[in-house]
Amino acid sequence: MNVVACVQTVLVLLLAPLLPGVINRTKAFFAGRQGPPVLQLYFDLWKLAQKGAVYSRTTTWVFRAGPIVGLAAVLVALFLTPFGKSAAPLAFGGDLILFAYLLGLMRFMTVMAALDTGSSFEGMGASREAFFSMLAEPAFLIGLVAVARVTGSLSLSGMLANVSAETWLRVGPALVLIAAAWMVILLAENSRIPVDDPNTHLELTMIHEVMVLDHGGPDFAAILYGAALKLWVMGALLVSLLIPVHPGVLWKNGLMFLGGMFLLAVGIGVVESIMARLRLARVPQLLMGAMALAALAMMLVLK
Amino acid sequence: MTLLVVACGLLLLTGLGALLLQRRPRGAAVFGVSGTVAAAMLGLYPCLRVLLGGSAELMCLPWPVPGGAFAVGLDAVSAVFLIPVLFVAALSAIYGVEYLQPFREGPAAGRSWFYYNVLVASMVMVLLARNGLLFLMAWECMSLASFFLVMYESEKPGVREAGWVYLVATHLGTACLVAMFVLLGREAGSLDFGRIGALPPAVAAAAFCLAIIGFGTKAGFVPLHVWLPEAHPAAPSHVSALLSGVMIKTGIYGLVRMLMLLGPPRTEWGWVLIGIGLTSGILGVAYALAQHDLKRLLAYHSVENIGIIALGLGVGVLGLSTGHPLIAQLGFGGALLHVVNHALFKSLLFLGAGAVVHATGTRDIDHLGGLAKVMPWTAAAFFVGAVAISGLPPLNGFVSEFLVYYGSFLSCLESGARAALPFIGAIVGLALIGGLASACFAKAFGIVFLGEPRTEQGRSAHDPGWTMRLPMLILAMACGAIGLGAPWAVRAMRPAVALLTHEPTAIIFTGTGNVLDLLGGLTECFWALVGLVGILGLGRWVLLRGRVVRQGLTWDCGYAVPSPRMQYTASSFAQWFVDWFRWALRTEHHRSLPQGVFSGTAFMNTETEDGFHEGLFRPVFERARWAFSKLRWIQHGQLQLYVLYIALTLVLLLIWYASHL
Repeated sequence: MNVVACVQTVLVLLLAPLLPGVINRTKAFFAGRQGPPVLQLYFDLWKLAQKGAVYSRTTTWVFRAGPIVGLAAVLVALFLTPFGKSAAPLAFGGDLILFAYLLGLMRFMTVMAALDTGSSFEGMGASREAFFSMLAEPAFLIGLVAVARVTGSLSLSGMLANVSAETWLRVGPALVLIAAAWMVILLAENSRIPVDDPNTHLELTMIHEVMVLDHGGPDFAAILYGAALKLWVMGALLVSLLIPVHPGVLWKNGLMFLGGMFLLAVGIGVVESIMARLRLARVPQLLMGAMALAALAMMLVLK
Repeated sequence: MTLLVVACGLLLLTGLGALLLQRRPRGAAVFGVSGTVAAAMLGLYPCLRVLLGGSAELMCLPWPVPGGAFAVGLDAVSAVFLIPVLFVAALSAIYGVEYLQPFREGPAAGRSWFYYNVLVASMVMVLLARNGLLFLMAWECMSLASFFLVMYESEKPGVREAGWVYLVATHLGTACLVAMFVLLGREAGSLDFGRIGALPPAVAAAAFCLAIIGFGTKAGFVPLHVWLPEAHPAAPSHVSALLSGVMIKTGIYGLVRMLMLLGPPRTEWGWVLIGIGLTSGILGVAYALAQHDLKRLLAYHSVENIGIIALGLGVGVLGLSTGHPLIAQLGFGGALLHVVNHALFKSLLFLGAGAVVHATGTRDIDHLGGLAKVMPWTAAAFFVGAVAISGLPPLNGFVSEFLVYYGSFLSCLESGARAALPFIGAIVGLALIGGLASACFAKAFGIVFLGEPRTEQGRSAHDPGWTMRLPMLILAMACGAIGLGAPWAVRAMRPAVALLTHEPTAIIFTGTGNVLDLLGGLTECFWALVGLVGILGLGRWVLLRGRVVRQGLTWDCGYAVPSPRMQYTASSFAQWFVDWFRWALRTEHHRSLPQGVFSGTAFMNTETEDGFHEGLFRPVFERARWAFSKLRWIQHGQLQLYVLYIALTLVLLLIWYASHL
């Protein structure tokens, strides 16, 4: 574990709540509104951390463990996520599998906490979350296999650092397809439009927000922060894949990576502004589409 | 070695004691349980010794049966399978005493200990046998003993049918095994395993096919799994734990042993195993999602996990046949470790389900709910099992799946386009199975243990006594230990993997790309996860200290009078999945929808029959029954004529024998 990687991780811990702020500002710009401040999520987290808590009488320790274990899982996933082309604090062959399963653990705990409330509303969200992520997981992993084959490495840090201009010239089309598939998965897993609408709190069509309706206070802060980190780690993989050069110098890499993350957040904001949410029954088709893109990329890489 | 034989004898003796005491169930239970526990303690020592680097042992005694000697042996592969058998058998036996309390009257409970001990002894014998005939005899004892255990509550019609399905299935499987051993014995001139070797390719291929069908029936490969979801729920829960956790693994053991005996494996075998693994894994968990019966759901999950094991074996065989030793090590290592892991968490889950049935009297998930508050110990243990079986970090299920994943990823890096295909299939399959399994256990745990109780029995349920609680807790701790101590657990698999890949133990997992180092990184992350959970939990405690923490009603979007019946049910939770897999599941919906403004009663229920049972085997067996009914005139009840049949057969045999002299 080196010092640089640790400093970078601390930087991410501080910067991650910015992403939702940037997305919201972009959406506000498209709607011609002023919009909430970029730092809104920091204010929210601060306020929630000051509050007490209300627990439903129906719930058990599972409900209280949900946000804590979920946040811990995504934090460990963050330790495995490279900072642009710079290696993560922890990297070993096969860490990409652990990465995918840590996000799975986070999801499992959220689903369990939702079911613990006994509310049919939250059960509905839990069922959808479980189903959609089941479809997203294979597509994500096929993309990882393809990138691993192109770069000859089995750790996230190694394989994303190995994506160079030469790689893009050699298998550019495949990488574009993988990036497209991962973008769809990123939107689905982070409950963004066109799969889920983070703005509609009380609609029957949504997924993530409905599962966390009963959490409040520090628990809800953990959930919001965890969601921001999840967006960051999944976005970081995508951005590192898309950066075609290895800057070598530390500050250049940092600048490129953070710039990329900013552009990604703007991009998500644009997608949310110009698209409507899909009908729920169409979401599986979208995810199967992502799986088809990833499979196509795999075929291009295999030849 | 001697200790294991002594353990077998002890099991049989105490079993006989239980049989003699069948009129006094308490005495029979004492005999049965103490025998199993003592045998486990005796037997575990030599197994551990072999896994920690001790040498393999072989014991050959002459016996008056043709086809070789009475050969029993203990090597690392046997030891890997023996440890879960002995461990789970002892814990399930302790659990069984209290579980069988309600059945105190009548001799059935006392007699069941006889069958239980015979089952354990025959499983040990199957794993030790080094002679085809001895193997088949032990195999048959195992099948019969487990049949009688399944038939424990034979006054219930469902149980009787389940028992018959099992009996027919297991004997059809055994028939294939007999054919396989005859084939091998003819080539080698002896049924001793030690003499089998250097087979012509055609014979090896035929033997492999017979092994897949014969052992696959016991293990539960789709479509040969049909007996499994019938028989496992029908048995008492501690027996289900033993059947589902360890007995079906004897099928995997048989397959592994055959892979060792049949010489260098062919690439096609790997393709076959991966194909079987994918179909069993995905269909097994899909069927599990559609179930309403908790124990039936768990039984289908065994089919799924057997699929994962088959995937691991397939990866191993492909690695071996294409000359990639590291991939072979990872595949076989993952498969063997998953055998142990599945034995631990599946028996844990069955024991947990048994505690639920014990307390509430129902297995229907949709009639349960809210048990975590009244049965906290059972809930905690079941939760650990659910996380482990879903393959989530930091528990043991993830470690074995990780090995198979890693082997597949490695070969995707190294091999050509065509050779990489089965490995890509394995990765996609594992990802899909993982997603489905975690959804299924979110349903099983979430609906049964969380929320509000849906019935009165659920409200008044309580945890079982300590003799039932302790086995569950020990199993849960074992799941955690293998997860958090992954490098040691994988290190213990090395001697067994070495036997399968024909390499020295020292280089297993340490060659190019040191797997043990990599597992060190993995466990660092596991411990980081555990530590972070602790720190964050402490952080919340500090934050909430001195603040108002209130208890209230579930918010539920402001609806103030929720009733337990309004909760999301297991069927609704699984609806997306069941719809998605309707091409395979063919779930039947029975419903009457509400009509008009003031609608009367409305209902809806779904039923998922096993498609292979109903669509494939039932028609075949109906035909067979029709054909055999034409022969029914032979059976007329006149004893003299039966004796005549026997005499005629003997005469015919004599003539045949004389004509060949």
